[in-house]
This record gives sequence, C-alpha cells and structure tokens, in this order.
Amino acid sequence: MKRADLTLIHDWVPEGARILDLACGDGTLLAALACDKHVSGYGLEIDPEGITACLQKGVNVIEQNLDEGLANFEDDACDLVIMTQALQALRRPDLMLDEMLRVAGECIITFPNFAYWRHRAYLGFKGFMPVSKSLPHAWYDTPNIHLSTFNDFEQLCRDKGLTIVDRAVGIGDHEGHWTSRWWPNLFGEIAIFRVSRHRD
Amino acid sequence: MTQTPTQRPDADRVIPDELPGDSVGLVTPQTAHFDDPLALACGKTLPAYDLVYETYGTLNAERSNAVLICHALSGHHHAAGFHSLDERKPGWWDAHIGPGKSIDTDRFFVVSLNNLGGCHGSTGPISLNPDTGRQWGPDFPMVTVADWVHSQARLADRLGIERFAAVIGGSLGGMQVLQWALAYPQRIANAVVIAATPKLSAQNIAFNEVARQAIRSDPDFHAGWYYEHDTLPRRGLKLARMVGHITYLSADAMGTKFGRDLRADDFNFGYDVEFQVESYLRYQGDTFSNSFDANTYLLMTKALDYFDPAATHGGDLARALAPADCPFLVVSFSTDWRFPPSRSKELVNALVHADKAVSFVNIDSPHGHDAFLMPQPRYQAVFAGFMSRVARDLNLGGPS
Repeated sequence: MKRADLTLIHDWVPEGARILDLACGDGTLLAALACDKHVSGYGLEIDPEGITACLQKGVNVIEQNLDEGLANFEDDACDLVIMTQALQALRRPDLMLDEMLRVAGECIITFPNFAYWRHRAYLGFKGFMPVSKSLPHAWYDTPNIHLSTFNDFEQLCRDKGLTIVDRAVGIGDHEGHWTSRWWPNLFGEIAIFRVSRHRD
Repeated sequence: MTQTPTQRPDADRVIPDELPGDSVGLVTPQTAHFDDPLALACGKTLPAYDLVYETYGTLNAERSNAVLICHALSGHHHAAGFHSLDERKPGWWDAHIGPGKSIDTDRFFVVSLNNLGGCHGSTGPISLNPDTGRQWGPDFPMVTVADWVHSQARLADRLGIERFAAVIGGSLGGMQVLQWALAYPQRIANAVVIAATPKLSAQNIAFNEVARQAIRSDPDFHAGWYYEHDTLPRRGLKLARMVGHITYLSADAMGTKFGRDLRADDFNFGYDVEFQVESYLRYQGDTFSNSFDANTYLLMTKALDYFDPAATHGGDLARALAPADCPFLVVSFSTDWRFPPSRSKELVNALVHADKAVSFVNIDSPHGHDAFLMPQPRYQAVFAGFMSRVARDLNLGGPS
C-alpha cells in the first residue's frame, strides 16, 4: 500500500472492525485491512474495473452510486465508514457525511486540500485552475465538483456538532513523512479526518 | 445406488477440428438412477427416479473443484459443448463454460443436470409411472426448488462430491443456488446468483398463469393426458412460449431487432404474419412447442411461483438467510424487466443485513432477461474475476 492516506488510515482502524468503504476502488485498502486487521465488511464502487479487481481479490464489493445515499444500510450497521478521495466528487458531501455517521459512529474521510500551497500558487501566479498529483484533471472534465479546504471541512464538522477525533495531512508520495500540524491548511496536500458523531 | 458413473479422462476427449478451440468438445449425457425414495414438499414421494447429467473438465483427486450448474425454466443438462458434429448450436451456456472461459473447465469439474419433472431425460411427466405402467402425465407430483436441490445433493453424493466449489445458476437456476446456500450450507463454498429474484412478484406469477391457461385451455391438452390421445397441445404451448419470450427481451432489444419492419412491402390487411416481430415470436413458439413437454412447462412455472424462502420466516428474508455460510456473487442486468436489478438488490440488501459476504454487480446490457445467457465483455470479466478467486482460494491452480 503506497498511497500516503491509506497508510495512516490503516493505523486508525481497530482490530476486527466491521467496515464500509465508500468508493473502494480496486479494493486495496479493504484487502489489506482484512489481512492485517481482520476486518469484515463491504466496499461500494461504481467503476467497472475497480469492481472486477475487488472480485479478483475476494473483497466484497457492491455496485452502488454514492449519490443515491446509503439507505440500504441500517443505522449503526458498521463500526467505521471510510471514504478516501471521493467526498469532492459527490453531489452533496454534507448529506453524505450525515449518512456515514448514521451507518457508523465514526468515519474516516480523506480529500484533496484545495488550499495546499502548490494549488494556491498555481492559481495565484499562473491564473489557471490547479492541476496536481492530487487534482490531476482539467477543469472541464474533472469529477471533483465540490473542492474544499482543510478549514472548510473543519467548519462543516463544527456546524454539524461533530467531533474531530483526529486529523492529519498527507503530502504526495512521502509516505510516513508527515508535516507538523501547525499549518495543515497550507502544507497538507491531502486532508485526512477522523470524525465521530459522539460529543467529547 | 445401482450405478457409478464413469469419468471420461480428458485424454479421451474428442475435439475435432470443426469445433471451436474454447469448446469442451463432444460430450455425452449420462444417467444416474436412484432407488431411494425422495420425499417431496407437496407431501408425495417419488419412489425412484433418473437424473440425466453432463460433466465437463476433470474432477481432481481432492474432489474440491466441482461446480454445479442449475438450469432455468426451459433449460436442461446440455449446458456446454456438442452432442455431435451435426449439432447446430452448442449447449445453452457454452458462452461461459469451457477452457479459458468464466467457468474454466481447465480448472473446474462442471456438473450440469436436467431437473426432476424435466423433459430431457430426467424423470418427469413423460416418464413411465411404475405404479400404473403408463406415463406420469399430469399425475407427476409437483416439484419445488427445494426438491430439486435435494435431488441435486444426491447426485453430488453419487459423484463423490462432498462440497461444491461453487453452485451457479441464472433465473430459476439462481433460485436453486440460493436454496443450496440455505439447505446445504456446508456443501457449497461459493454461490453465484444471476438474473434471479428471492421470490416472484404478482406480475411474474400473472405471466406464468397466462402461460398455464394457454396450455390448459388447448383442446389438445386433454387434462394433461395428450400422450394417450396421440397429440400435443402445440397451440397452447406455443402461446405460452410467445408470452414468455416477450418477458425475456427488453422493449429496446425488440425495437432494435424488429422495429416495425414488415415481411412484405406493404400491409395486406389480414391476420397472417405481417410484422417481423410476429414472425419471430411464432417461429420461437412453434419450435418450442415441438420440442418441450407441456406438463413439464406447467410444473416449472409452479416451482417458480412457489419459491419464497422468506415465507417461513414471517417474510423476513434476512432472517431466512441466516444458515447461509458462503460468499455470494449476485448479478443483474440493466434492462431485465422480468427479474429487474431491484429484485437482485433486494437479495443483496437482505444478505448485508444478515451479515453475509456478498458482491453485487449490475451489468449494462440491452438484452433484457436473456442477457444472462449471452457473452458480454463486462459480464465475462466479472464472472471470470469471481471464479478466479474461487479457484485461488481452493488452490486449483491455473492463471491467477
């Protein structure tokens, strides 16, 4: 597992947890967690190649469009809902956050931080919509319709009365090398949040 | 237990040049006779019966690589390969069974049988009733999906198969797969349920009833004793098949294939065949009514209607699924309106609620219910992907 956000998530997942992985891609995370942490659960995905890869790995994958919600999962059906790099592509990220914390008491969310200094510089100096490793698409064909920043997401959690249990940032491929948490909104390329519906 | 089927070693398999390289080649049906009575759900007992079946591939020494294929309403044991070089078409699921195909006969030993009540060699209405010396006809007892699965388990015993690597079926075959997972959870390692439903809807039953009435109201039906009147209820069975066939295709597929095309240049203002779709349906109906037994058709539609594993659990499917203990692959097709994707999702959601391992894929296809029989790139990728994992888990070797 090479992607920086996945490595950190791995450490946050409790042994034997029942997990829902939204936009699970090729099932890499669930397969690793099943092996190392003995988790069970399902991945949801709509990409045909991702789904086939999951089936080959033996990861339970359900073809489901996240914009249609999680109505087929009961309240507290899982211990943990994970969603990596998909929040920004949803029609209503705020409603999905509600859904995630209905299905489980805690969730882990990662997304590209639009306020990352390289993105700011790209826009500020070049005057073009940022294109980077974490935001690889052109403005006209990007699936990322709800870009946000580290600060934006914290604000949303505050407004919803949710507890941020932990937060971290990932920088490119520098796995295991995390910046200090002083200016995450500036130095974090990928925002990583662990959010609970329970108040402290 | 009177006979032990002999295994044909692969070396003896004849694959003439005329047959495609990815075919299982020439196959010969075999018959297993059972003398131990089978108690049926309807309360009656079949004292003895035959099951006709085919096998493809080779059973390994551990007997761990067997796959059971369950057939649909008008299906039978001939799922793959050819009975002779003269045979025009291969078995009904040849697109998915063979060397290198989704159900890879280089790795799996495939068993495909004709269900009880059928008309292709297994004991059914056209067989002789030992009590009367005449054909069973309408006296053949009603058989259910559960009865079929019991008889399939006995065939597995006969073949020395303790546990199937996978039980696989589409449509009514998918219902049998589900029943396997509930009735014999220790004997099924993986379940593949394709284009199926956990129970028929009122509309599904309504279509079946139209088919049954078409058959039963044919003057040649003779209350099911048509064999003794030297006739067949061809008109009724033809109508039943025509109605059924409409439900197997999507509106779009029919539109694309036939549109409003006419056979002649213009209307002839009569009731003979004018539109191409009429010609097609009549042809399908005629072919079927000459090759399929009407009493079998009636029995099969009733087996469909009766299937509802949740019924004995207050309608709670998740509770009914409690005994299941194997990973499921559930597949639906986007334009299937006989058993639409929503019916597959019903099963998937219940499996999730019951905390079972399940994967669900909805294949984009224009071909309606019939899509489950056809080759299609994504369908094949999904099917082969799942089966490669099955093979890997059981250490069956082959490409990963």
